[in-house]
Amino acid sequence: MSDSTWTKPMPHEAQFGDYVELLKPRVMRLVIFTAAVGLLVAPVGVHPIIALATILCIAVGAGASGALNMWWDADIDEVMTRTAKRPIPSGRVMPGEALAIGLALSGLSVMMLALFGNLLAAGLLAFTIFFYAVVYSMWLKRATPQNIVIGGAAGAFPPMIGWAVATGGIGIESVLMFALIFIWTPPHFWALALFRNDDYTRASVPMLPVTHGEVTTRRHIFAYSLLLAPIALAPAFTQIGGPVYFALAFVMNVIFVLGAYRLLNRTEDDAQASNYRAEKRYFGYSILYLFLHFVALLVEAALRGFGLNWADWPVLF
Amino acid sequence: MSTFRPTHEMHKRRASRNIGLGLVLAAFVVLAFSVTIVKMSQKQSDDPRALNFDPTAPSAEASQ
Repeated sequence: MSDSTWTKPMPHEAQFGDYVELLKPRVMRLVIFTAAVGLLVAPVGVHPIIALATILCIAVGAGASGALNMWWDADIDEVMTRTAKRPIPSGRVMPGEALAIGLALSGLSVMMLALFGNLLAAGLLAFTIFFYAVVYSMWLKRATPQNIVIGGAAGAFPPMIGWAVATGGIGIESVLMFALIFIWTPPHFWALALFRNDDYTRASVPMLPVTHGEVTTRRHIFAYSLLLAPIALAPAFTQIGGPVYFALAFVMNVIFVLGAYRLLNRTEDDAQASNYRAEKRYFGYSILYLFLHFVALLVEAALRGFGLNWADWPVLF
Repeated sequence: MSTFRPTHEMHKRRASRNIGLGLVLAAFVVLAFSVTIVKMSQKQSDDPRALNFDPTAPSAEASQ
C-alpha cells in the first residue's frame, strides 16, 4: 500500500458521536423519562436492574426507529434548516449505515426486551418501531396534514411499554398515559409548524399550516387543547393519581387552554410582527406541560411508597 | 519515518468509533450478566406457563 492511500481524505468515516446522533438523543430522553414513569407508577414492583435493562431496551428501540426515520427522510432533512445538520444530510454518516444500524438495533432491542421483560412489552415496542418508521415516516408524513395526529401514537407508547414490563398487561392507567401523549402531540407540533412553516413548505411536507393555512391550524390547536384537558385530568381518578396530580394537571391545563385561546385570536400579521414569539412560547410550554404531568404521577407514586394513601380520594376508573 | 507522522484526522474518528463501540459492547455484557443473576435469584414461578417455571418449587409440587 502506498503512503498516499493513508493521507487521502476519506469522506464517509463516521465517528462514534455521529452514530449516537442518529438515535435522536433528545427524543430518547423523553422516551426514557415517560417509559420510566410508566414502569415506576405501576402497582407491581420491578427489580432495579430489570427496570434499568428494560428502559434501556425501550430507549434503544426508540433510537433505532429514529435512525430509520433519518435514513428515509434524508432528502427532506437536507432542505429544512432545523434538520440540515443531521448526520446523513451533512455527509457524516452514509444512508446505508443508518439503515443497517436502525434495523440491527430494532431487532436487538425487541429481542432483549422479550428476554429481560416480557413478550407483551416486546410486542408493543416492535409495533412502536413499525408505526414510527413505516406508518408515520414512510406513509403518513408526506401524504396527509393529519400525519402527526396519527403518527403521535408512536411517541405515546413508551409509558405503556414501561407499564407492560411491570404488570405484564395493559390497564386503564396505561391507556390514559398513552392518550395524554397522543392528544398532546398535535397541538405541540402544530405550534412548531406555525413558526417553521417555511421549512415545511420548502420540503413539501403537508403540515397543517402548509395545506390549510394558519387560521385553521390555530383553530385545531385550540380544539385539541380543549379535548386534552379531560384526558389529562382523568388519571387523577385512577389508582396512580391523587390530589397532587389533580391540582397540578388542573393548573397546567387551564394555562394550556388559555394559551391556545390566545393563539387563536392572533392573526398572521400579529405573529409575524412579533416573530412568532407567542407561538414559540406555547411550544416551549407544551414540553413543560407534558413533563410536569409525568413528574406529578411520579410524586403520587413516591407518596404511596412512603405509605401516604389518600383514603377519601375518589378512584373512579 | 512514517512512524512519527502525526495521526491523520480520520484515524482519530476511527479510534473514537472503535473505543465507543468497545465500551457499548462491554456495557452490554455487564447488563446481560447482571440481569441473568437477578433472574436466577428471583423466586421461581409455580405456573407451568411462565418462562421461569420451576417444577420443584414448593407450591408447584403441592398442586400436582
